[in-house]
Amino acid sequence: MATLLLGFFALVTLLPFIWMVCGSFKESEDFLEALFLPQGSGLFGIGWDRLTLDNYREIFTNERADIFNAGMNSVLLASLTSLLATLAAAMGGYALAKFKFRLRKPITALVLLTLLIPPPLLLAPTYQLLYWLHLLDTYAGLILPAAAPAFGVFLFRQAILNAISNDIIDAARIDGCGEARIFFSIILPLVRPMIGAFLMITFLAMWNNFITPQVILQTPENFPLAVAIVRLQEAFNYQEYGISTAATLFSIAPIACLFLLLQREYLSGLTSGAVKG
Amino acid sequence: MAQAKYRLHNPLAPYLFLSPFLFIIGVFFVYPLLQSINLAFHQTFGPGFQHFVFLDNFLNLLHDPLFWKALRNTLTYAVATLFLQIPMALGLALLLNQPWVRGRVFLRLIFFSPALVGPVFVGFMSTLVFAGRVGLLNRVLNWLFGFNPDYAWLQNHVMGALIIAGLWMYVGFNMIFFLAALQNVDGDLLDAARIDGAKAWQRFIHVVLPSIRPVFGFVVLLSLIGSFQLFELPFVLLNQSPGPDNQGLTIVMYLYQNGFEIGDLGYASAIGWVLAVILIVPTAFQRFYFGRKEEN
Repeated sequence: MATLLLGFFALVTLLPFIWMVCGSFKESEDFLEALFLPQGSGLFGIGWDRLTLDNYREIFTNERADIFNAGMNSVLLASLTSLLATLAAAMGGYALAKFKFRLRKPITALVLLTLLIPPPLLLAPTYQLLYWLHLLDTYAGLILPAAAPAFGVFLFRQAILNAISNDIIDAARIDGCGEARIFFSIILPLVRPMIGAFLMITFLAMWNNFITPQVILQTPENFPLAVAIVRLQEAFNYQEYGISTAATLFSIAPIACLFLLLQREYLSGLTSGAVKG
Repeated sequence: MAQAKYRLHNPLAPYLFLSPFLFIIGVFFVYPLLQSINLAFHQTFGPGFQHFVFLDNFLNLLHDPLFWKALRNTLTYAVATLFLQIPMALGLALLLNQPWVRGRVFLRLIFFSPALVGPVFVGFMSTLVFAGRVGLLNRVLNWLFGFNPDYAWLQNHVMGALIIAGLWMYVGFNMIFFLAALQNVDGDLLDAARIDGAKAWQRFIHVVLPSIRPVFGFVVLLSLIGSFQLFELPFVLLNQSPGPDNQGLTIVMYLYQNGFEIGDLGYASAIGWVLAVILIVPTAFQRFYFGRKEEN
């Protein structure tokens, strides 16, 4: 009974993915005719010869919907942002965890305050600020505001407090090790799981971010996938199901690969804020 | 803790480490936050021209039927999320935590996978899944129950479609937290209860539930905060519109429409502040409560 229930939920979860994979290889006419793969005389009674790669060819070459170019934009945006954000968060978290200095309390309070504000509130004033700074329609306008997440500073502060004793740091100082070297060769290696988790968290957040690029970017060649895929829908008048499914799969495949690589770090990083283990 | 009398490190070191964060947070958080207060008292025409209106934005909101509609829709979604998503996530975690389950890691991966797909892409997928005639949902319902294959979900049941898409996306995500919590439940306590003759549901009520309560609170608040910021899913699902009769209009979508389709950043900021005030209590509770837990 319980096995059946688990199986049922797994099926429901996977069904839309399977359906889309089948759909992405079908001609438009077959989309109407068959739920999954079209029937035919081939192996398992499936019309393998009716399957096509045209949908994928279309999203890589069509001028109106340059999904491949958008994919490259997304890779660039998400990698740059996650690298910068992780470095800034690790540095900030380290300072708040292991140094005693006058502004430590106020800065920690600022980090906590940042976490209280719902991001949509800052949308309008940030847009105005980017307009004044002439950063509208630039990648800098997208990356900079996302490059120092308070959430990350908070996570790294906790990780460093838990994982690293002050004695190691002081011992390194007495041996004449500089502050930068302590950070890069002692602290960072000791919080490697958190680095993996946070790179993934920020990469995912930027990859899936829609509202900010939608508001800030205007040049279609610069659109990341999240925005481009919505424009694709418009360009084909909401009718080309094969192309739509192919584009969706192309948009989520890189994330799936990255997740398979980093899943352990990511999941434990995600739950570490909630579950003490 | 004993304080060292002298410092081994350069007193400027912590500030240098914090400088990138402080610079960005100053320019792109503190300043916009203050400016959002200022903007809420102005009417703007695009980003360049603004006109002082004092409290008019907030007074207009009180009498704005679309804003109330957005608030009602968002609340409906949030309540549905709470009463459907959380029990399903907990149930799934309990099932998956049974000792006899095989392939647990693999199943966990499957259940979690929709959470990786961003709301935009889920919204996009949902336009296909809920479409009449070719859509997955109607095809399956037609095959199982002979359901009308042309039924237009996105005309008649926008909120239902949103809630289903939300369930697909977030049940597995919330399950991850419950599963992690369940694996931390004291096994000896469970064994002791079992020996004392406690039935499965009694063990659940008296042992499991109390020990996962902090995580339960965390997940409830996280879902609530997330639900109130619903935007991409309906926006993309309904072809960049609030849907027929504004059935899919949410608070953040209304903010977006006013700020970036009409160009009134002032009214958008006022809506943003209403959202912030609604969310500040649950958010503060979540952060403060769990922040304190971690210090111990």
